[in-house]
Amino acid sequence: MLRSAVILVRRDVRLAFRQGMDSLMAVAFFVLAVVLFPFGVGPEPNILARIAAGIIWVSALLASMLSLERLFQADYEDGSLELLVLQPIPLEVLVATKVFAHWLTSGLPLVVVAPLLALILNMAPEGFWALMAALAFGTPSLSLIGAVGAALVLGSRRGGVLLSLLILPLYIPVLIFGVAAVDAAAEGFAAKPHLMMMAGILLASLVLAPWASAAALRQALE
Amino acid sequence: MGAFSAKGLACVRGERTVFVGLDFSIGPGDAIVLTGANGSGKSSLLRLLAGLAPPAAGTIAWNQEDIRKDPNAHHARCHYVGHLDALKPVLTVTEQLTYWAALRGVSDSGMSEAILTALSDLGIAHLAAVPGRYLSAGQKRRVNLARILVAPATLWLLDEPRTALDDDAKRRLDTAIARHRANGGLVVLSMHGGDRPQGAITIDLTARSALGMAC
Repeated sequence: MLRSAVILVRRDVRLAFRQGMDSLMAVAFFVLAVVLFPFGVGPEPNILARIAAGIIWVSALLASMLSLERLFQADYEDGSLELLVLQPIPLEVLVATKVFAHWLTSGLPLVVVAPLLALILNMAPEGFWALMAALAFGTPSLSLIGAVGAALVLGSRRGGVLLSLLILPLYIPVLIFGVAAVDAAAEGFAAKPHLMMMAGILLASLVLAPWASAAALRQALE
Repeated sequence: MGAFSAKGLACVRGERTVFVGLDFSIGPGDAIVLTGANGSGKSSLLRLLAGLAPPAAGTIAWNQEDIRKDPNAHHARCHYVGHLDALKPVLTVTEQLTYWAALRGVSDSGMSEAILTALSDLGIAHLAAVPGRYLSAGQKRRVNLARILVAPATLWLLDEPRTALDDDAKRRLDTAIARHRANGGLVVLSMHGGDRPQGAITIDLTARSALGMAC
């Protein structure tokens, strides 16, 4: 089982690197979306500092949304998904490995570039570590929750639009606690309670999301 | 090795009944050829047998035990070849075969030899290092068939395996099927015309389908 999981993660990561642009595009989108705000809101440092956490988090949600559509779609179209389902491994494990590979190639890069963007937006330095911690807890939750949506819209036309309608409302709790953690830390309060809530969300989605996406995948392949 | 059987099988796609009352029972070395008009349910039946979809009625059993009781055990014993060849454009032939075989528990030490044997059996040993995007339709089909040779499994479910194959490849496929049956394997394949495997049981789905009854 463990060997199968490692093989699957390696396959997906290698695929992501070879056909490359998908994960790079998510990061580029994230950076661009954040950089647009100073132009729209104006270069007033105080205002930017006040809304920095919100801007970064909303951009991160949208960026992770962007690559989610491809999570199962490519394998579905070329018949690989059918064969993956027919391997002697539980479908839930398969989903979990695909989500983990997706997070490694598109969630983790967001965590890494986030402090740079926080700097651009004049965020208080005290908020930096909280931002990274919140994103480290939050982005895997986004990938997990998004996987359910990606499995549900499989095979439908205009799946991408449908996917955002389904999934963005479910991202709201992650957004609320993510922003609250950063704001608390930036203003000198404890970020820990918010981070604990985010860890709770992550644990809950870790249990529920693979199971729900596996059910949706079975439906899609029937 | 075991016995593969189906009883009172029915398939419904959307609102339409595709076929009803299908029974068969085969043992080691046996083969079933599915024939029938387009839309008579050959692919649907193979998907039911693989466990991709549940039958609308009836049971499919391996050694008298319903395959839906332990799906992973069923997946481990069967190989399915569908209409799509499941090849990634950016991975080489060897890489793709390695992934599928490793998931089936082929050990790292025996891997390269198993892949080389499978590729030469299908006459494409020279394609081992070629990425999927440079392969023709027939070559892709050969690679997909090589996949089922690398990791052994008892039951082969082949959906029109001869599509896109040239005469040489068809002969190689027939040899592989004959050898699989000689080793006690079971084969269910769908086809249009051509030579049927020796001693195979033919099931004509048109006769059992809604199409046949309307005639």
